[in-house]
Amino acid sequence: MSIAWYLAVSAIVFSLGVVGVITRRNPLVVLLCLELMLNGANLSLVAFARMWGNGDGQILALIVMTVAACEVCIGLGMIVAIYRRRLPVDVDELRELQG
Amino acid sequence: MSTILFFIAGFGTIAGAVGVVVLRDPFYSVLALVGHLISLAVLFLLLRAEFVAAAQVVVYAGAVMVLYVFVVAYVGGSGAGSPGDEPLGGVSGLGSSASNLRLGGAIAGGALLIELLIALLGTGLKAISGYGASYAPGPRTFGTPAYIGNLLLTRFLLAFEAASFLLLIAAVGAVVLAGRRGGLEDEEERKLTPLDLIRPQGTGTTAEGVGGQHR
Amino acid sequence: MATTYGWLVLAFPLLGTLVIAFGFRSLPGHYAGWIGTAAIGLAFLAALGTLIALQGHSPSHRELESSLWTYASTVGVNARLSILVDPLSVYMILIVTGISTMIHLYSISYMDEDRGNARFFSYLNFFVFSMLLLVLAGNFLLLIVGWAFVGAASYLLISFWYRRSTATKAGIKAFVINVVGDVGLVLGTYFIFKHTHTLNFLATFKAAPHVFQKGEADIVAGCLLLLVGAAAKSAQVPLHTWLPDAMEGPTPVSALIHAATMVTAGVYLIARMHVLFELAPAAQDTGAVIGALTLLIAGTIALTQTDIKRVIAYSTMSQIGYMIMGVSVGAYAAGMFHLMTHAFFKALLFMGAGSIIGAMGGEQSLEKMGGFRKVLPFTFACFIIGGLALSGIPPFSGFFSKDDILLVTAERGGWHWALYVAGYVGAFLTAIYTFRMIFRAFYGEPVAEARELEGGHLHHAEVPTNPANGEVEDTDVGFPGPHHTVAERAMPMKVAMTVLAIGAIGAGLVQVPGLDDIIVNFLRPSFAGSPLYEPHTKDGLLIFGMVLGTVLGLAGIAIAYRIWVAKPGTSAAIQARFKPLYELSVNKWYFDELIAFAVVRPAASVGRFAMDTFERVFVQDTMIGGTTGLVRAGSAAVRAVQNGFLRYYAALLVLGVAGVGFYFLLQA
Repeated sequence: MSIAWYLAVSAIVFSLGVVGVITRRNPLVVLLCLELMLNGANLSLVAFARMWGNGDGQILALIVMTVAACEVCIGLGMIVAIYRRRLPVDVDELRELQG
Repeated sequence: MSTILFFIAGFGTIAGAVGVVVLRDPFYSVLALVGHLISLAVLFLLLRAEFVAAAQVVVYAGAVMVLYVFVVAYVGGSGAGSPGDEPLGGVSGLGSSASNLRLGGAIAGGALLIELLIALLGTGLKAISGYGASYAPGPRTFGTPAYIGNLLLTRFLLAFEAASFLLLIAAVGAVVLAGRRGGLEDEEERKLTPLDLIRPQGTGTTAEGVGGQHR
Repeated sequence: MATTYGWLVLAFPLLGTLVIAFGFRSLPGHYAGWIGTAAIGLAFLAALGTLIALQGHSPSHRELESSLWTYASTVGVNARLSILVDPLSVYMILIVTGISTMIHLYSISYMDEDRGNARFFSYLNFFVFSMLLLVLAGNFLLLIVGWAFVGAASYLLISFWYRRSTATKAGIKAFVINVVGDVGLVLGTYFIFKHTHTLNFLATFKAAPHVFQKGEADIVAGCLLLLVGAAAKSAQVPLHTWLPDAMEGPTPVSALIHAATMVTAGVYLIARMHVLFELAPAAQDTGAVIGALTLLIAGTIALTQTDIKRVIAYSTMSQIGYMIMGVSVGAYAAGMFHLMTHAFFKALLFMGAGSIIGAMGGEQSLEKMGGFRKVLPFTFACFIIGGLALSGIPPFSGFFSKDDILLVTAERGGWHWALYVAGYVGAFLTAIYTFRMIFRAFYGEPVAEARELEGGHLHHAEVPTNPANGEVEDTDVGFPGPHHTVAERAMPMKVAMTVLAIGAIGAGLVQVPGLDDIIVNFLRPSFAGSPLYEPHTKDGLLIFGMVLGTVLGLAGIAIAYRIWVAKPGTSAAIQARFKPLYELSVNKWYFDELIAFAVVRPAASVGRFAMDTFERVFVQDTMIGGTTGLVRAGSAAVRAVQNGFLRYYAALLVLGVAGVGFYFLLQA
């Protein structure tokens, strides 16, 4: 398959991630959709790496994976902390920063 | 052959993604994501990025997702957060009821998708219509761990070190965040910090000022 | 040299105003009054200086102009700060400064212990300065400035006791009517300027006969508008309603402004503009008719008024009618002569009125006065002198001046005979109402206040009240002070009234027809070139007029004596018999009501409409409400974006990215 197909898949996955982030209320699921977006980006990175034939895109994909792991770490830690304090685990309820 | 594989993997990827977004129970969403990740690894393999595929499975699907499973099991979160179940609490100017945001999200995502597709496919770039650069299998060619390792330790050393540093910070941070502070309950008990000793009487955060120090 | 004195004449009162205004805190006691009087006294000396210096020039070179600097010199308009010293203006400044000095002297005692004493003298000096500016002006611009200043000073002085609502209302009324006159003056100037293209007096008068045809529309319009200005300032019908109300001001103010100086500004205007008026006979005739009408109407009203100051005010209006009539028919010298004599005896009458009001403890109604003859001999003597002069009894001054005007009027012939008749009818009425006032106040049974004064104690009201409407006041700033006095007890008042009495008796002797023509000769250079100026030659008419005037005056006094002294019930009987006429007279010919109906009510309703409808609906609701509503809606819309929902922010973020991407796609 030509590279274009992979890029198309990547775009679809990314968009689905976006929809999910906007639509879901549970912060866990929001984080999952965030992961989706990152994965979509990863796929396109690797596809372009294949196109050029060097490893730059792959390295970046690895770094992205690392960052994703860290972010999941912290995000889940926060969710646990929120849950521990008996606050509703719902992005809509957590809105102290409102105008 | 690769075409069929591509279509299977692609289908799996997209199905997993859809599942993450749509499924109500967060646990099912996690599982859907795991499936998505595996399919993605297959796609990576099709692109000859072996190491990345392996890392994907081991790190992402293996570690991160396990972490997710644990947290989902602890927090639960069933029932809350399904699109369209309960109306959202609170009033907002533009009425962000679930249906509104679903529509808004669909529009946003859809717009993004269409633009991306136009951008990617409509440009008529010759390069992406090809199969990529030439590939000759070997011990140090594109995609092998040796190749990646070589790159990591020469050209991308800074990124490598920074990423490891980031991982360290994240680990410490997670421990601090989720660690117990001397008791599960007891929100009335204020934890004394060195700042409290030097802070003048009557000052504090606004939240404490209005009596909501627990939030 | 003469013009230097002219500038000094202007400078002294201005200096007086400023010194008193800025230094009043450090000037204790009576200093304000003495400084004010000294300032005007010095101005009088400077005026004498101009007179003497002017005489040094040959008669045909007596129109001197002097400029300080140029205000503005733009397309067509060259406005300079220039004064014109010529016989007419010297004559006027002598009268103004002379009478003003006496009135300032009088005021030192009269306004004693009034909390606003310094303010009074500052205003009074400012008024004199403005009047002198008006008279000395060498071009239309400065004339208009002086005119406006005089109106302002009049307003300030009428509403001097500013906590009295009647006084402030009167001040506003005077000012508004004066503004009508100002508009007339400015528009008239425009009509004249349109053709002569100069504001300077001498240049205008030189150019006017060449630029205008006699009777041309523009000059007639211009002169009629100038006449409007003159009528407003000189309280002629129909712009006269402010003068009786202006009696709310302190008596010295009435004496100075509303007898001797400001109200004569209209007469001065017409005399000064005689070149233009002679080119517009229609305007001249209008002026004469207005003067005659005012003369008669004011005379009839004065017969029934009960407030002593208002009687004298209507008398002023009537006499100014004579003057206006005089200068409109061409009797310039006679009109100015009557101006001078009138200034003397009218100011004297007002000062006397101030004295008797002081004896009454502030009460001004003739109905409450009586029998002061024995107790206030000096005041009584002054009243008699002033009254005889006013009634035109020889050899007092008023006799000569009034007859002079009427003589010249008759000489014009034709329909002017009607004015002649009106003038003598007016003289008859004058004698009646003047002596009505004197007999009612001084003859008859002495009232309580007179008896008190016999015992040596000057009556003071228990509770100070407004004499017009009886409202209770106090004696703090903004109201009259606690002190009032009579002329017999205050030396400054006595001195001032004596000087004026001498003037009232003897001033007529400067212009005895046939014997000396001092005024006519003196003023001739100002009126050179006027075909109407040369004095009369018909001796028969002269003798007839003099005899008629004397007879009518004496008859008036006799009738007044009969009605008010000999047979006390007569006046009530006459009132009952001629009730409609009486009502017409007491209600001042309903002019106030007419103006209120025709002018004030429409204006008020327009104002109300503007406020209720236009202002409320259009401005408030639509424009202001609209803009604020728009802003509020906009801000509400913007505020809704910050609702705190994370997902919402994420959606906006993505939409933004999509937008940017769309833009770049379009670019590609």
